[in-house]
Amino acid sequence: MSVRTLSINGHAVAMATGTTLLAAAREVGVPIPTLCHLEGLSPVAACRLCLVEIEGSGKLQPACLTPVAEGMVVHTDTPRLQDYRRTVIEMLFTEGNHVCAICVANGHCELQDRAVEVGMDHSRLPYRHPDRPVDLSHPLFGLDHNRCILCTRCVRVCDEVEGAHVWDVGWRGEHCRIIAGLNEPWGAVDACTDCGKCVQVCPTGALFDKADTTGEKHADPARLGALVRARARGQQTR
Amino acid sequence: MTTLSQAHASPTPSSPSPTSVMRVRCCSSAGCLAGGAAELRQGLTAAVARRELQERVAITGVGCLGPCSQGPLLAIDPDGTLFAGVTAADADGLIAALAHRLQAVSAAEWEAPLAWRPAAGEQVDTGRPFFTRQRRVVLENCGLIDPERIEAAIERGAYEQLRHTVTDRTPAEVVDTIRRSGLRGRGGAGYPTGLKWATVAKMPGERKVVVCNADEGDPGAFMDRSVLEGDPHRVLEGMAIAAYAVGADQGFIYIRAEYKLAIVNLRRAIEQARRRHLLGAGLFGSPFGFTVELRVGAGAYVCGEETALIHSIEGQRGTPRPRPPYPAEAGVWGRPTLINNVETLANVVPILREGAGWFAAIGTEGSKGTKVFCLTGKVRRGGLVEVPMGTSLATIVSEMGEGCPDGAGLKAVQTGGPSGGCVPASLLHTSVDYESLQALGTIMGSGGMVVMDHSTDMVAIAAFFMAFCRDESCGKCVPCRAGTVQLHGLLQKHLAGDATAADLAQLEALCPMVAETSLCGLGQSAPKPVLSTLRYFREEYVARLKPGPTAAAAGR
Ligand SMILES: Cc1cc2nc3c(=O)[nH]c(=O)nc-3n(C[C@H](O)[C@H](O)[C@H](O)COP(=O)(O)O)c2cc1C
Ligand code: SF4
Ligand code: SF4
Ligand code: SF4
Ligand code: FES
Ligand code: FES
Repeated sequence: MSVRTLSINGHAVAMATGTTLLAAAREVGVPIPTLCHLEGLSPVAACRLCLVEIEGSGKLQPACLTPVAEGMVVHTDTPRLQDYRRTVIEMLFTEGNHVCAICVANGHCELQDRAVEVGMDHSRLPYRHPDRPVDLSHPLFGLDHNRCILCTRCVRVCDEVEGAHVWDVGWRGEHCRIIAGLNEPWGAVDACTDCGKCVQVCPTGALFDKADTTGEKHADPARLGALVRARARGQQTR
Repeated sequence: MTTLSQAHASPTPSSPSPTSVMRVRCCSSAGCLAGGAAELRQGLTAAVARRELQERVAITGVGCLGPCSQGPLLAIDPDGTLFAGVTAADADGLIAALAHRLQAVSAAEWEAPLAWRPAAGEQVDTGRPFFTRQRRVVLENCGLIDPERIEAAIERGAYEQLRHTVTDRTPAEVVDTIRRSGLRGRGGAGYPTGLKWATVAKMPGERKVVVCNADEGDPGAFMDRSVLEGDPHRVLEGMAIAAYAVGADQGFIYIRAEYKLAIVNLRRAIEQARRRHLLGAGLFGSPFGFTVELRVGAGAYVCGEETALIHSIEGQRGTPRPRPPYPAEAGVWGRPTLINNVETLANVVPILREGAGWFAAIGTEGSKGTKVFCLTGKVRRGGLVEVPMGTSLATIVSEMGEGCPDGAGLKAVQTGGPSGGCVPASLLHTSVDYESLQALGTIMGSGGMVVMDHSTDMVAIAAFFMAFCRDESCGKCVPCRAGTVQLHGLLQKHLAGDATAADLAQLEALCPMVAETSLCGLGQSAPKPVLSTLRYFREEYVARLKPGPTAAAAGR
């Protein structure tokens, strides 16, 4: 195993080839906020929260995807990055309808946590109050599009881990929606095995267990990493 | 290689003979078709039949003749006289005039200018700068040959360079020639073509792919469409040569569904080339083979972005993905893939035929060859022009385009469409090359050039392009999906006169954020029209502001 040495916010780091900047930073205790990334799922680099500055590179690079390289000098927390991250979070809050006080995920929501981390006390951008539906057709679970941040974790987990490929992204731009089957009610899609993985990995209260009420959703997305690792080792898992 | 006026004049027989023939070249490209060119051509064919002149007057369809804004156009050979605004009602009169000419008994009569004029149109003076300032390399056959007949292309040398390449040149030699020519990608970014070819050629892999990007999504741009409609074999030959150079055996042309005629002409051209063994397995007795398939896209702008285009070819949702890996490494089905624009590929044949040095002698230090532009907007003579790189914007707009009509005075020239910016009238002396345009905050782009006069509202222009990006965003990444909506909202607020200094400050802060954090080129360049109009026409934003909280008070 060959090793690359680099600097992250002034910390000298030695990391195995192929390690992402995100993993490297976490290893040395440098936090980088993420949303679309989830260990165990393919990377999409879509939320742009984890962008970092690399000296000598004109462009910001997503830490969740960029591998370490020899001699890299990385800055993860410059004023510019802080401002851009806050703006990303503001964009997410304003493009949906996030009424935390009545949300199943209140207090256990990754979007909320990120907002706190980036210091978003209010949104500088205007709220857009889109008209979005709720799908309660599944017997066990619900999908509230108002809270969906289009991270596509549900799409990826259902396709890559459960193998059912129930979810897709429909339409484009501001009209993007997560769709079940061929844009059918979730409950009408036979392919769904009711495994609940999508609910577990959803960072917000968009996907939820119908048995949960306000503040009761305690998803544990990190368990997915354990599941995927166990499978890779051939250990019996569901 | 030729100027358009030269191209328009085929050799004139010095004296008439009973076997002298005349030819009417009818523009059958989309621009003129929209004006009734198909009916005109039918009328001409019928009139020729009525007079039993089939042996002496040939009616052929050709690609774009250039001054599209005046269509339908036709050119009459041997002298190459060009007429604009011709309608089906003019057909009989024209054929009568040609019949008269064919009865000429003296050289003087044969060479006398045609007395005929279209009822509502005019003869176009091919001595105007619109024609004389052009230099046709990419378009050398466009408007001259019948794109429906492979024989017409072959008469003008089509597939000669492919034969030469496959039989006498090594792939490395071809790559080196393209590199030395200095050709850069015409799809917008201007990446050195030789370098791209060399990279794909070096990639390991049994099977590689060549993709021709014919998605052409910029509003108002139709350069690639004109090439594909008017000279499809030129592009097929360029692709086959590229395939030989990089070691590919499979080709795709990704073309938008709206380009119906280009699709028909390309399908026919591929079939004709295949029948003649100019495409397919074992070309010219060598082991090299190359097949081309069309992939018709549903007309999403973002599908012109190379990784989205690859996904679309593969049958997936057309959304970009982060690079690296670049297509050269992992493209269509993970295979090393060369993606080039239509116009880039159309330059390959003349470069190989005339030599790298010849091509490199055209243009400027960093930008070689010619560029095709679609001159549109507030300009007297609009249409398709091909000029050497380094030509000034003033030459193109004021001289060739003959300036703005109605004497309103030129305000700015927009290049690069939704990814570009404006050049104000005061900088019109700027040379058209990649570096100069970039220094002004715009880009060469694929070739759209929109002329704006003093009646143009620059904030509205910025809002128009932002609305375009908002509509065309694929929605994958947050800054583009939500940022273009916020930017568009801010611009509309300015237009409505409801914006305060704080809104202007927010607009200015959001632009770099969206540009620097978006995943692909669409979001990265979406703020460009705003930044460019702010740079040169800031007063138009400021003049609209209403009193309100200042930037500092709003917390920015
Ligand atoms: C949003 C977007 C749209 C694009 N559209 C086109 C297009 O319509 N045609 C094209 O040739 N290149 C387009 N490009 C550029 C391509 O990604 C790619 O760079 C180009 O096809 C490479 O060819 P070239 O090197 O010959 O220019 C687009 C890029 C972006 C980011
Ligand atoms: S419950 Fe399981 S199978 Fe059903 S959509 Fe969610 S991840 Fe897919
Ligand atoms: S439903 Fe949840 S997991 Fe799926 S895209 Fe929306 S926020 Fe992400
Ligand atoms: S920048 Fe826009 S078009 Fe490109 S990936 Fe992001 S959302 Fe899609
Ligand atoms: S976590 Fe890296 S882009 Fe979303
Ligand atoms: S389309 Fe007919 S002249 Fe251009």
